[in-house]
Amino acid sequence: MGITLPILILALPLFMFLLLGIGGVKMSRKTAGVLGILGMGTTMTLAYIVAFTYFFSGDAAFINAEGVRQQLQVFDVTWLAFTPKLVVKLGFLLDPIAAMMLVVITTISFMVHLYSWGYMEHEGGFQRYYAFLNLFSFSMLGLVVATNIFQMYIFWELVGVSSFLLIGFFYRLPSAVSASKKAFIVTRFADLGFLLGILTLSYFTETFNFIDMTSNPMNVLAETGGATFLGCSVLTWAMVLIFTGGMGKSAMLPLHIWLPDAMEGPTPVSALIHAATMVVAGVYLVARMFPVYCVVDAAMNFITVVGAITAFYAAVVACTQIDIKRVLAFSTISQIAFMMVSLGVARTYELPGVHYGGLGYMAGMFHLFTHAMFKALLFLGAGALIHAVHSNDYTKMGGLRKYMPITHWTFLIGCLAIAGIPPFSGFFSKDEMLAAMFGNSWLWGAWMTMVAGLTAFYMFRLYYLIFWWEENPEYKHHRPHDAPWQMSLPLLILAAVSVVAGFIPFGELVTWNGAPYHIHLEAPVAVTSIIVAVAAIALATVMYRKKNPLPSKFRNAMPGLWRAAHHRFYWDEIYLFITHKIIFGIICNAIAWFDRHVIDATMDAFAKVTQKVSYSIRGFQSGNVQSYVLWYFFGALALAAITWICLL
Amino acid sequence: MDYSQFGAMLPELIILGIFLLVFLADTFSADGSSKKFLTPFTAVLFLLGTVAIWIVPSCGEAVFGGMYVDNAACKAMKCILNCGVFICMLQAAKWVESDDMKMRKGEFYELLLVTLFGMYLMISARHFLLFIIGLESASLPIAALVAFNKNRYESHEAAVKYILTAVFSSGILLTGLSFVYAFSGGSLYFSDIAAQITTGEMSGLLLCALAFVLAGIGFKLSLVPFHLWTADVYQGAPTSVTAYLSVVSKGAAAFAFFIIFVQVFGQVYSAAWEWMMYAVIIATITVGNLFAMRQKNMKRFMAFSSVSQAGYIMLGSMAANQLGLASMMFYIFVYVVSNLGAFAVITSIENRTGLVSMDDYKGLHKSNPYMAVAMTLAMFSLAGIPPFAGFFSKILIFTSVTGSNSMALYMLVLIALINTIISLYYYLLVVKAMWISADEPKIAAFRSGACERVSLGLCVLGIVFMGLVSCIYQYCVSSVGASFFLALN
Repeated sequence: MGITLPILILALPLFMFLLLGIGGVKMSRKTAGVLGILGMGTTMTLAYIVAFTYFFSGDAAFINAEGVRQQLQVFDVTWLAFTPKLVVKLGFLLDPIAAMMLVVITTISFMVHLYSWGYMEHEGGFQRYYAFLNLFSFSMLGLVVATNIFQMYIFWELVGVSSFLLIGFFYRLPSAVSASKKAFIVTRFADLGFLLGILTLSYFTETFNFIDMTSNPMNVLAETGGATFLGCSVLTWAMVLIFTGGMGKSAMLPLHIWLPDAMEGPTPVSALIHAATMVVAGVYLVARMFPVYCVVDAAMNFITVVGAITAFYAAVVACTQIDIKRVLAFSTISQIAFMMVSLGVARTYELPGVHYGGLGYMAGMFHLFTHAMFKALLFLGAGALIHAVHSNDYTKMGGLRKYMPITHWTFLIGCLAIAGIPPFSGFFSKDEMLAAMFGNSWLWGAWMTMVAGLTAFYMFRLYYLIFWWEENPEYKHHRPHDAPWQMSLPLLILAAVSVVAGFIPFGELVTWNGAPYHIHLEAPVAVTSIIVAVAAIALATVMYRKKNPLPSKFRNAMPGLWRAAHHRFYWDEIYLFITHKIIFGIICNAIAWFDRHVIDATMDAFAKVTQKVSYSIRGFQSGNVQSYVLWYFFGALALAAITWICLL
Repeated sequence: MDYSQFGAMLPELIILGIFLLVFLADTFSADGSSKKFLTPFTAVLFLLGTVAIWIVPSCGEAVFGGMYVDNAACKAMKCILNCGVFICMLQAAKWVESDDMKMRKGEFYELLLVTLFGMYLMISARHFLLFIIGLESASLPIAALVAFNKNRYESHEAAVKYILTAVFSSGILLTGLSFVYAFSGGSLYFSDIAAQITTGEMSGLLLCALAFVLAGIGFKLSLVPFHLWTADVYQGAPTSVTAYLSVVSKGAAAFAFFIIFVQVFGQVYSAAWEWMMYAVIIATITVGNLFAMRQKNMKRFMAFSSVSQAGYIMLGSMAANQLGLASMMFYIFVYVVSNLGAFAVITSIENRTGLVSMDDYKGLHKSNPYMAVAMTLAMFSLAGIPPFAGFFSKILIFTSVTGSNSMALYMLVLIALINTIISLYYYLLVVKAMWISADEPKIAAFRSGACERVSLGLCVLGIVFMGLVSCIYQYCVSSVGASFFLALN
């Protein structure tokens, strides 16, 4: 593969960002929109060409004689060489997950570009919006093709910045501003851990390069040697710290608090960034470093536990939210945690009683792919609803199936997919994940099956409350209708993909070591998960299909639990208490005193002395050439004399 | 004699050719005409010449019995100087069209080219006689340039101060060289002298020689305490000439300094001149900063800022190895665009309004936002704020110094870092005046000419991208690696 296409995939969004960002002021909305859509369409085509060449061309560079897919650095140039050892490179790594992510990112991004043309039509700053979308796409593409962990970190931060800009897009709304700040600060805080992890790891391995590290993880283990810190090996620390960065971006407990608030951004942005692409960066990071994680059992268990708790927590909270975008946000958290658990339970070496062979890896990536499609579909559908009803609140909706048929059917497909009903795509990926979890331990399998049931329940609760339940009387004044074609077309395309994506032979394409993995449906697991999902849907149907007092009865039966879940188990309050009361109130006061009276005073003294000296030596510069020359001559002599004396 | 050896001197010949063409065009154009064609003619010719110098590979071998050498590193240095000269020419385009300059602009370009020719010789010379010829032809025409504003008294005063100090410093340098001659047993070839001066025989005479040579070249670099002429001359000279003096002339001297001290006196590096430079660098950075803090006149301000920057440039010579030279080249290149960016703004404002005080810049962002942005970027780059080029050049030159892991050198970098903070103060004073001051702008909105805009655009591009685009630094490293000529003990 030449380097032209890969470079273009990265350069085109960057160029469009600069073009729309700088020249956008002078463009009409239509020009900016068409340019943005065309640019992303071209990028998508290029990415498809690259990905399809990689998967299906059968070239020896991509797949060897045994059918094992290869990792290939298309290019890897030195960017900054600080010292011979500390060299930062930028490159383009092509391997199964990178190629898959190229497809996911560009597809969703293109859909969102198209959709936004209708959705953002009446908003100010249209050109700026498209510029930011392109910046995000560029950063995300750069992240997935990074050849080394430092490049990934750079783009990781760029992704964070573009997410900040897009969440705060409606910068006149105070809630949007604080949401964007919250997202940035929380993820940035997590990235501190990521950076420390990178530094720790690369200090021992003396390389940032992924292939160097992952092709021989035992070597990495050997290089870190027996060094320990606080009872854990250094490698465990490094991998857990790196995972911290992933926890921030992928909104794992307890760093999940930014994602629900990030829904303040425009809905298409939520579909692109906070459902399909950026939030899976954490999963992608773990997948990228997977072989190294595999040799650190403690880190893998940590990932599994964090994922399992988060998945359950988010699913419970999702059952009680009123804002439809928040339901989807918590659903996203829960599904991403599902993928994390799936990666966490995967093993590539033999252990007693544990299934190995990296099924969890394949399943997690499969679910990443299908989830990106149907979750983007659900978000875009929610956008169409909000566009029609002008509210995020399901109490303002109800009975919409008659008014918005396209939205209704596509949303239903999305719900069926996420609930795991065959033959929709979510069923296949979720089934593989559950099989992987049962393969590790029945405990994880049972736990996550329960979460899958909860998922089906809250999604259909949402579906019925929006499209059935009871009609909002305001429809008589303001009749809701389906969205314009720019918005409906992406819905239809994504719905079609969500129906068929399950039949992609994923095991042949994306596996942890490139060798094909033969998927076979595990009948007991599949049947169990179908039964659980159908039962959950049936329960939701009984409770929410028509207006009835059953939901309020349930609520009143356990008011404490309901209120706690509705308030997301008070995580935000805990954070506020810790930051405001403890950190700002107690610790910071002491530090501020020290800062004012010791550090500032020192600096002031330093500045005063400098000023005084500066004033007192002004006589040097008398304007008198004779004295200049005198200083010159005696300066030279003094230099010689002083060196002479020092050498004696 | 083998005349084909002249072929090895291609860069010098190209500059000489351009000089001759400009001279002929200037002389034979009609007397009464305003010679409008001269500026584009010179600029295009010079640009083509620069490209030719860059493209044609250097022969890399010493010619004329070893007096002259042109290798990849020398070529890279010359190209860096050319960039500076080209930007200076563009900046001067408006000034040379003013009434009392119109007739004499040919002279201005010719003098620029002659000094550049001298600087080329300084870099390529491997024999002190050739070096002195280069130094003098790079030095004397500058006095004429400084005095170019015939009708301004300050311009004359500055020229007189310059020429007197320059003559004195040449005297000191030649005295120093005569001491060196005494050591070398009658040869002025760099290689012969290097073979004679070894660590064994440290004497007062050798130290004097070193100090005098250092002083002679330090004059051109305006190292403390040989810098006292700087502020007066920079202030009095026409601003375009000041810009030229502050970057191109200084850059050439720094390259020559490195080559001479490492190649000729490399054997006594750790024994003698490392500590001389140690003291001089600390004094230069600190004194330059202390004076710059108090300046209100922008040209004097830039003068002291350039004194302090010279100290940072010379850090590269402290490393005295390949990485040191490469990072020094990169630092100078970045310094060229940053400093000329600042001068582009100062020049165009002075040409229109005659104002050069920092107070006059108050509220500049309201009347001339683009100028204010460019000036801010230049100040950020000079102060070394990431992600601008100045940050990268500083960090690279610091890493090259600390490479040898000596505690004393770490201390030197620490002192340089503290000075960076001080310099931040006065660079930000300019930014504060332009952006934060609430006063109504004194400078009315104006539209600058095409040449000025191009020069400013080039500088801003350089400031923003030079650090991020790593191939420039890589080019410096590879050019030095390809043609390194010394072995240090």
